[in-house]
Amino acid sequence: MDNAFGQPQNVVVLGGSSDIARAITKKLCAARAHTVVLAGRNQELLDVAAAEAQEYGATKTDTVVFDANDASNAKRAVSEGFEKVGDPVDLVVVAIGLLGDQLAMEDDADAVTSMVMVNFAWPVVALAEVRRRLVAQGSGRILVISSVASVRVRRSMYLYSGTKAGLDRLCDGLADSLEGTGVSLQLLRPGVVRSRMTQHQNEKVPFTTGVNEVAENVMRGLASGDRVIWSPPALRYVFAVLRHLPRPLWRKVMDNENR
Amino acid sequence: MTRATFYGWGRTTPSVATLSNPDSELAVAEQLATGAPLIARGLGRSYGDAAQLSGGLVMSNLALDDIGTIDEHGVLRVGAGVSIDQILHSSIPQGWFVPVTPGTRQVTIGGAIAADVHGKNHHRDGTFSQHVLEMRLVTPSGTFSVSPTSDEALFWASAGGMGLTGVITSATIQMARIETDKVLVDTERFANLEGVMAAMKERDHEYKYSVAWVDCMTRGAHMGRAILTRANHATASDLDQVTLKAPKPAKLFVPFDAPSGLLNPLSVRAFNELWFRSAPKLQENEAQELPTFFHPLDGVRDWNRLYGKRGFVQYQFCVPDDAHETIVAAIARLSSSGVASFLAVLKRFGPANPGPLSFPLPGWTLALDLPVGPHALPEVLDDLDALVLEANGRVYFAKDARLAPEKVRAMYPRLGEFLEVKNRVDPHHQMTSDLARRLQIVGK
Repeated sequence: MDNAFGQPQNVVVLGGSSDIARAITKKLCAARAHTVVLAGRNQELLDVAAAEAQEYGATKTDTVVFDANDASNAKRAVSEGFEKVGDPVDLVVVAIGLLGDQLAMEDDADAVTSMVMVNFAWPVVALAEVRRRLVAQGSGRILVISSVASVRVRRSMYLYSGTKAGLDRLCDGLADSLEGTGVSLQLLRPGVVRSRMTQHQNEKVPFTTGVNEVAENVMRGLASGDRVIWSPPALRYVFAVLRHLPRPLWRKVMDNENR
Repeated sequence: MTRATFYGWGRTTPSVATLSNPDSELAVAEQLATGAPLIARGLGRSYGDAAQLSGGLVMSNLALDDIGTIDEHGVLRVGAGVSIDQILHSSIPQGWFVPVTPGTRQVTIGGAIAADVHGKNHHRDGTFSQHVLEMRLVTPSGTFSVSPTSDEALFWASAGGMGLTGVITSATIQMARIETDKVLVDTERFANLEGVMAAMKERDHEYKYSVAWVDCMTRGAHMGRAILTRANHATASDLDQVTLKAPKPAKLFVPFDAPSGLLNPLSVRAFNELWFRSAPKLQENEAQELPTFFHPLDGVRDWNRLYGKRGFVQYQFCVPDDAHETIVAAIARLSSSGVASFLAVLKRFGPANPGPLSFPLPGWTLALDLPVGPHALPEVLDDLDALVLEANGRVYFAKDARLAPEKVRAMYPRLGEFLEVKNRVDPHHQMTSDLARRLQIVGK
């Protein structure tokens, strides 16, 4: 069960081998999490993440392998995750995402399909099953990793930014639909995070943080129950301004590298 | 039967379950026979997740509301859903008071037994269950009348058993005689913790009721400054005018959730300062009405909303008499961490009763109300758990919303004894709750 500080005991992490997910899992295990099921693409990476979870205090871990390029397996992956936990699930983390290289992808239909699948279609289908199971359970939380990039779509990364925006807005409505069910959904909107996913971005972006700082903000957000968790928290105010910038100024500020 | 969202009084962990309102012992037994996971609920005054069960059946006891008449020996039989408030309404005018009352009248008798509540007279009179002559209990393996002499093991497992042995449907209570509706209160102010603790140890036995309010936000020489109030019932000869009036319903209420953060270190410190300074340095024999002395917070309905949407936790622990430094260390840890804590309640406990999960141990108990929000709070409380455990103390299930399950067995070493009784009457562990799951007292 969840406790008063939003520290869950039984956790399912979809996309469990990503750097952010691993940092969050570690913090959850150091608090109260004892059963953790990690789902992801690569068994070896999942095993590493599971071993790490045990090191931080989990007593029972398991893994589920799936391919986020095929939304038809999302329901199965979620079901397996829940069944492997066995007890009521307190928290489901949805940490699926693909940053991609827009210039290399935008003219390639397969690559675009992949962006839509991984960043939007797969998580949405998975969330449908997560929602159904948690509502029946009468309790539980969902944490969806979105991005500050979803707040306003940038031209230099409209595929990533736009697909995340779709997920982010959908989750906003989904969260409202959960009122009174005992289930809640929170969105995490991190800024740029130093991780494997971003190692090829060489621009220096303000408000860049490490994964541990993101995980720390997640723990605080789970305790406060705020609908949107910003990381770092200051980005909430930065984007309150940025999202209302006149368009020419927005393009200049965000994408001054030009192309 | 409807789906409903349930919270504890601290409003931290909501969960949705099916609600049922049986109005007879038979109806309770019929619902248990369905085999659905189940927990009884009264007025929802336990602070955490003790009276909720996500996805299961939450059985309200409020329709079990028969009140009998008090016989000449003060024996009263009531339905489990009757509150202390309802009892006092008819009992005070007849010259009877409940043997034990917690800080609120708004608890049901079923809940008072299941949480084995204590009051300001614990050092003399023990817990509520110690004044229960008999109770009716519906369990998955049948309905029983239990008492301290008939199925003693089941009686004591259910007293403090947090509803996990079955559903209490009625109880027979031994009431206490009063001559007036007043208590004579001695109030004393202390500049620090050592002072108040010494005074309590020395002279608590002269009073039926004793409790101290401690300020956990002052540091240094004034750490733990306190107001000690102790009282005895006023007899007819103590007063010029003898009255026996029933308590009045709350006039004030909190109409909506206050913004989270209204109660922050700054505002709480200001409140504590005011509270401390408004108390007299020393005042003796002040006649106070029973509700003023016993249930001051009942004057404001829904006061828990003052803590805002995030809610609050209450942390209550007890430690043996020789571990009084643990109280000092706990208050030092709190005051140095800067987390806001309203005036804490400090009290001495008398002997423990035979209940394997009953909370009180002879010694000291401290209870703190803490708003959820400060980042350090989860860790501070985990540290306090360690201190308490080191001193062979324990935290109180009825208040808990965050204890780690691995600490439960160490704090309640007689858990195994409790489970033996539970397995006898509830072999499939049908009786469970969010608390029982979280603390892994019961599987599933």
